[in-house]
Amino acid sequence: MIKRAFRGLKAPQIEYELLHDTPVGPRSILPSKTVTLLLPGKYERKDKLTLCAGDSIKTGQKLSPYEDSDDYAISSVTGTIASVAPYTGDFGQSFTTIIIQAAEKEKTDDAFSAACSDSVRNAVTDFLACVPGRPPLDLLARPDKPIHTLVICGMDADLMIATNQHIIKTRIDAVTRGIKILKNAYGIEKAIIALPRDLVSGFGHVGARLIAVDACYPSANHRMIMYKALKQVVPADKNCEDLGVCFISAEAAASIGSAFEKGRIPFTKTITLINKDRKKIMISARIGTPVRDIFKACDVTVNERDRIIFGGPMTGTAVFSENHPVGPDTDAIIVQANKDVTLVSDYPCVNCGECVRLCPANIQVNMLVRFLEAGEYQTAADEYDLHSCIECGLCSFVCESKIPVFQYIRLAKYELAREKAAEAIDDE
Amino acid sequence: MSLPGRKQRRQSMMNNKKFIVSHAPFYHNGSKISSTGYNIMGATLPAVLMGIYIYGVPALGVVALSISSAMLWELLMNKVMKLPVTIGDGNAALIGMLFAMLVPATLPWWAVVTGTFTAIVIGQQIYGGIGGNPFNPVIVALTILMVSWKDIFDFDTALLNYDFNFVTLYPLAALKHFGLSSVESFTPGALLLGQQTGGIGSTFGLGLILGGIYLIIRGYIRWEISLSFLGGVLITAWLFQLSDPAVYAGPVFHLLTGYTLIGAFFLATENSSSPVNFIPMLIYGAGGGIMAVLIRNIGVYVDGVLLAILLMNLVNPMLDKIRPKALGKVV
Repeated sequence: MIKRAFRGLKAPQIEYELLHDTPVGPRSILPSKTVTLLLPGKYERKDKLTLCAGDSIKTGQKLSPYEDSDDYAISSVTGTIASVAPYTGDFGQSFTTIIIQAAEKEKTDDAFSAACSDSVRNAVTDFLACVPGRPPLDLLARPDKPIHTLVICGMDADLMIATNQHIIKTRIDAVTRGIKILKNAYGIEKAIIALPRDLVSGFGHVGARLIAVDACYPSANHRMIMYKALKQVVPADKNCEDLGVCFISAEAAASIGSAFEKGRIPFTKTITLINKDRKKIMISARIGTPVRDIFKACDVTVNERDRIIFGGPMTGTAVFSENHPVGPDTDAIIVQANKDVTLVSDYPCVNCGECVRLCPANIQVNMLVRFLEAGEYQTAADEYDLHSCIECGLCSFVCESKIPVFQYIRLAKYELAREKAAEAIDDE
Repeated sequence: MSLPGRKQRRQSMMNNKKFIVSHAPFYHNGSKISSTGYNIMGATLPAVLMGIYIYGVPALGVVALSISSAMLWELLMNKVMKLPVTIGDGNAALIGMLFAMLVPATLPWWAVVTGTFTAIVIGQQIYGGIGGNPFNPVIVALTILMVSWKDIFDFDTALLNYDFNFVTLYPLAALKHFGLSSVESFTPGALLLGQQTGGIGSTFGLGLILGGIYLIIRGYIRWEISLSFLGGVLITAWLFQLSDPAVYAGPVFHLLTGYTLIGAFFLATENSSSPVNFIPMLIYGAGGGIMAVLIRNIGVYVDGVLLAILLMNLVNPMLDKIRPKALGKVV
């Protein structure tokens, strides 16, 4: 936990931790016996499935369980499918889980290398949507909103995570290759690499435009990069892609670069593992590895009532099982000891104003939270700038009453989006 | 996470460890309501201890009764309203402490208990407790009591039986009733060291200033409000003195007498009834300071600080509408 400073006069500055030395390569975690792939999208009736238990799978094979959907996952092991089942994530987001029992001998599927020689764009769209870093390919390819600028984030948006800085420092060649491939494939004019201010001078040779990101949280947030570094304000009701700017992690670019170099789809994810004592280890594990195996390999002991967090401390997600698999966008795994777990309370807002002083989007959080607590989401959006929120989590971080402000905001946005979607269906 | 087969899933549920699952963010800076309450109470201690030193055991009695009765009223309200008990957060105790600081040491017990009842129940609990009160509960209580029983708050009468080694004259009342010449004997140094009569904890200027500086540095009160309040008092008093030096006292006199300092650091800064944006805080503070001196110099009341802050509490919701434009706001 980052404690409140003794001098509380100035608004606290929470800084990203920067990787200064050349990092050692990530510790590699051995492949697991059971691998779980999470595929976004609704789990539909069983008879519609094209996959079933017992099917044998090769490493790098494309798995699309539904005939009528383009969603797919890429198997990271060779083996047989044990089951296909539904899974519900945060805010009722549905996933399909594909559990694969790994076999001893590894066989590689070569559909991707065959596709490479054909059209690069098709190869990227058809095979590389869930490579480590999860490039937002669907956003790049929208015909109604063309993307003219690609921003490669060499710095993770959340605190404590070193994954993308690590990628920039160790795999810059793959990153530049990936940028080139994406630019050509999707007809993107400009590519910009966003780096921590201290690192910018070391990467002049790369050839892409570099922009410096401050070390103060949440400068690496996408909307903040747009605002501070690119001098463009994203209107509250739009997102960066609407303005033609798409953000992609350095790891995603590196994955695409190395996929074409080696002719194989990459499936090892670089992860920052943060132990209970807040020490970081860089590890690399195959997508789908259950977190239990990572803990075993790194000697992390987790006890009852600890907290396991996927993603960063400010915006991540807590998971409830050690079987939760590493996904293509799992940049960090944090283990928190029970004594460090902070809980929320049901105290009302006391109007201390800490959140207002700190909010990077200038939102009147003290008033906003009063409307959100009462469930007045539409008024909150109309009068108190709900949609300006960049979702950095600082308001909850400093809240004296320990109100789950950030969760209220996310819930309100989710509910409003659902309402809007329902209205759109009614109109049709 | 789903696992192969329902049976296996149930089995693994039994073996699985149970983790705490909650939503982001997973860090907190560790600030608490109670640390605010206790820090502000700590900051009042120099002034309160000086008050007890000057006025003796009766002052101690008032402070103790005020704090304990305030906490009991809150406990009672918690029970009546079937809410969790909140007296541990230091808020009720702080209200009791501040109430005691404003009253004369000889205040009868029933007035103390009525005062804390007014502060806790009418000033705060009926609005929903901490954070819900539109007015500073201590000021609400004190003004209601002052209107109801005018005589027991007349410091000159209340402290009649005391024998001090300084002029036993409530400076602001003397100024109002006998003119500028009657307060010439008060030197700033003596006023700063508490050589004046007044409320238990509101006369020791140096202690209040030290407490205020502590709270500002720690960030428990908003400096914008305190400083603009003091600025408002000083500038207005100075302008009055410029206009007629024979009638109006100078800014330093106004700064160090009555409730000016306790008002600036401990009353106007009450979280719930004050604004949080920068410009509104300045307007709120300065407005309070200006009103306080206006009431003192041309109003009928002896001290205007309480009423001035009450008035600014009233306009606070409107002031806080002046706010910076949110990022990407679409008009």
